[in-house]
Amino acid sequence: MSPINQRRWRNFCGNRRGTISLWLFGILFFISIFAELVANDKPILIHFKGHFYTPVWHVYPETRFGGEFESEADYRDPYVQALINQNGWAIWPPIRFADDTINYDLTVPAPAPPSTTNWLGTDDQGRDVLARLIYGFRISVLFGLCLTGVSTLIGIIVGALQGYFGGWIDLLGQRFMEIWSGLPVLYLLIILSSVVQPNFWWLLGIMLLFSWMALVDLVRAEFLRGRNLEYVRAARALGLGDLAIMFRHILPNAMISTITFMPFILSGSITTLTSLDFLGFGLPVGSPSLGELLKQGKANLNAVWIGISAFVTLSLMLTLLVFIGEAARDALDPRHVTDA
Amino acid sequence: MPEPLLKIEALSVDFKGGGKTVHAVREVSFEIHKGETLALVGESGSGKSVTAHAILKLLPYPDASHPSGRIYFEDQEILSATKDQIRSIRGNRIGMIFQEPMTALNPLHTVEKQINEVLILHTGLSFSQASRRTLELLEMVGIEQPAKRLHAFPHELSGGQRQRVMIAMALANHPDLLIADEPTTALDVTIQDQILKLLQKLQARFKMAVLLITHDFGVVHRFSDRVAVMYHGQIVETATTAQIFANPQHDYTRLLIESEPKGRPCAVSSDAPVIVQTEDVKVWFPVKKGVFRRTVDHIKAVDGITIAVRQGHSLGIVGESGSGKSTLGLAILRLLFSRGGIVFEDRAIDHLNQKQMRPLRRQLQVVFQDPFGSLSPRMPVAGIIREGLEIHVPDQRQEHEAMIIQALEAVGLDPEDRYRYPHEFSGGQRQRIAIARALVLKPKLIILDEPTSSLDRSVQYQVIQLLRQLQERHRLTYLFISHDLKVVRSLCHDIIVMRLGRVVEAGPVWQILENPASHYTRTLLAAAFS
Repeated sequence: MSPINQRRWRNFCGNRRGTISLWLFGILFFISIFAELVANDKPILIHFKGHFYTPVWHVYPETRFGGEFESEADYRDPYVQALINQNGWAIWPPIRFADDTINYDLTVPAPAPPSTTNWLGTDDQGRDVLARLIYGFRISVLFGLCLTGVSTLIGIIVGALQGYFGGWIDLLGQRFMEIWSGLPVLYLLIILSSVVQPNFWWLLGIMLLFSWMALVDLVRAEFLRGRNLEYVRAARALGLGDLAIMFRHILPNAMISTITFMPFILSGSITTLTSLDFLGFGLPVGSPSLGELLKQGKANLNAVWIGISAFVTLSLMLTLLVFIGEAARDALDPRHVTDA
Repeated sequence: MPEPLLKIEALSVDFKGGGKTVHAVREVSFEIHKGETLALVGESGSGKSVTAHAILKLLPYPDASHPSGRIYFEDQEILSATKDQIRSIRGNRIGMIFQEPMTALNPLHTVEKQINEVLILHTGLSFSQASRRTLELLEMVGIEQPAKRLHAFPHELSGGQRQRVMIAMALANHPDLLIADEPTTALDVTIQDQILKLLQKLQARFKMAVLLITHDFGVVHRFSDRVAVMYHGQIVETATTAQIFANPQHDYTRLLIESEPKGRPCAVSSDAPVIVQTEDVKVWFPVKKGVFRRTVDHIKAVDGITIAVRQGHSLGIVGESGSGKSTLGLAILRLLFSRGGIVFEDRAIDHLNQKQMRPLRRQLQVVFQDPFGSLSPRMPVAGIIREGLEIHVPDQRQEHEAMIIQALEAVGLDPEDRYRYPHEFSGGQRQRIAIARALVLKPKLIILDEPTSSLDRSVQYQVIQLLRQLQERHRLTYLFISHDLKVVRSLCHDIIVMRLGRVVEAGPVWQILENPASHYTRTLLAAAFS
């Protein structure tokens, strides 16, 4: 790493709030990636009659464990659990519910308040809230990351071309962007959801069509400024081609403002998905999502655990991202000197 | 002996930042008497500006601190003065002129408002009364049509005019002491002369003391009574001007005085082949107005220049700022669009596109003015020099390292430093890196666009020596663009004088410098060599 980047990393690490937020977010994201191993209605590993079985990835019929049905074993059924425990053992994930597992053993009508089985209670269909939170967190963050990643890439390319070449490319590009950004995204989504059943990829595609414009202005400004820098002129005098100049000399400058912006784009994308789910135009029914949980919380105001848990998770996630973004912005700001 | 007006005793200034403490000024002592001019001389980084700012407590406290020292201005101790006491001194009894007139004036306020501010603050005049006084001040500093200029904004004035406005602001309340922090460095040579003469006249009229901070010994010689030389935060010598020039005591003072550009260009044969010539080159920038952006006029930066340079020779292109010299250099390098013929090594290059120019660029290299801006801050020195090699000799990759080491040694740098980054080097060293970057490709022609203007005197001297050596050893041809006639005299064989895009005079150096034909050249020479 060049000394400039070393200094920036040191500045970032000097910001305790940002570093702790980064760690926390990283841990939460890591856990949620392995959601199938953290919250599932199947055991992670079964040792039965001398063989190992991994129910998470493979479907085993009940007959394998000595039962009567040929359909997949319902591991939550006490009968099956007894069968397994007779001739082996099973390792269960900490939360014995998946996002779509309905708890039929509730003693109170759904939505049920927090208890020892459902640590955060159930939603109005009897599904465990904590499991849905974990799976929902994963989908939100993955959606956000994909959206941020691809729209950043497209935004940088378009901004770089407009800024570097200027002239007609810039003129036409800017006018196109003005028209394009005037299109109503929400209405398009509503129209789409009446034509196809929107899933993760459809939503990603539509959002991508409109969110790439966020970074173009920043990058374009940097390239407009950068193409007149002395060392760019020197590189041109050496005979360097346009692509090499853009990539090697000007882009690193533009990346500073881009990286500063990225955590905020990420939190914006997560919020977008959440609000779409809340309105009902997002992921299909039954998918775990924070927005859907918020909708249920609104519909079941007396079941406060639903609304509160969704709210706390969402706030925590966005707060962490904002702290990380602030720390990154301060670290990359050349005028901000933190005492070592 | 009467009490001195300003007395500085063992002043020290420390700057804290990034975990380190920098001792910018170390136990500096000097005094200024009423009516005299003291020149504070030193190179960049010596601490002169910091000392001057400390006198008015303008340093960025609390990062800056004074471990020791006292400053007495007419019985008032400055460093322990209260805010009100200091405010009554600033702009009132001590005036200050800064180096860069463009950034020292508020770009959003008219001239009238800025000078009135100083008057209203300290004398309690009303705005219209102050405006009348401002008009008098503008006349006093020699601004033409002062009534019209009252409502002008700083960007509408030239550099010299802005500096005059600053002088008017500083002198508005008849201060006893004027601190002039490199007041003429950013100005052209002829304007420099005028401004310094103006300062001298005003000083005599108001019986002011002047603390003149500069790195230019010519200015010191003409305008100061006493001299204090600063080096690395300490005063190494203090004496009257006559004594300093006649009998410099300290080694550093001697080094500074002797760093006048000296010597003569190396000997060359007059029948060497012509490397580059231009035929009526024009670079016109269109001025577009109106809704449809129609071209109504042109800024004629270069308006018909014809030159021819032989191999091994140096052509000096001399002129003031705005004369078009850099534009001409960029046009020859084909980095700007131009009209007219440009012939390089018997091949017309004016109609080639960038792709066709690329193989030729190996022979046609450039060194820019700003050593801080022309090197990419993200690449180590080896990477910077290797860039050119990767384009022009890609098949000899194994030899690149050896070529880089050779180039660094040729410019006098340690090849071991090639993995360090540009910001770890001084200005002079960075300029050497830029020269090495040009040299490594073994070009025929190097265009040097004011390569020594941003450098200190002693460093400038070394770089000129280096350029002369390289020219002799490698039979290089130089196109040396500069506004400094002394440097041109020591390095170039031929010279052209440019003004407003046209050639005023052209010929061999000895002829032009001894028998200038045009009045403009004579003015330039008078300002440079008096």
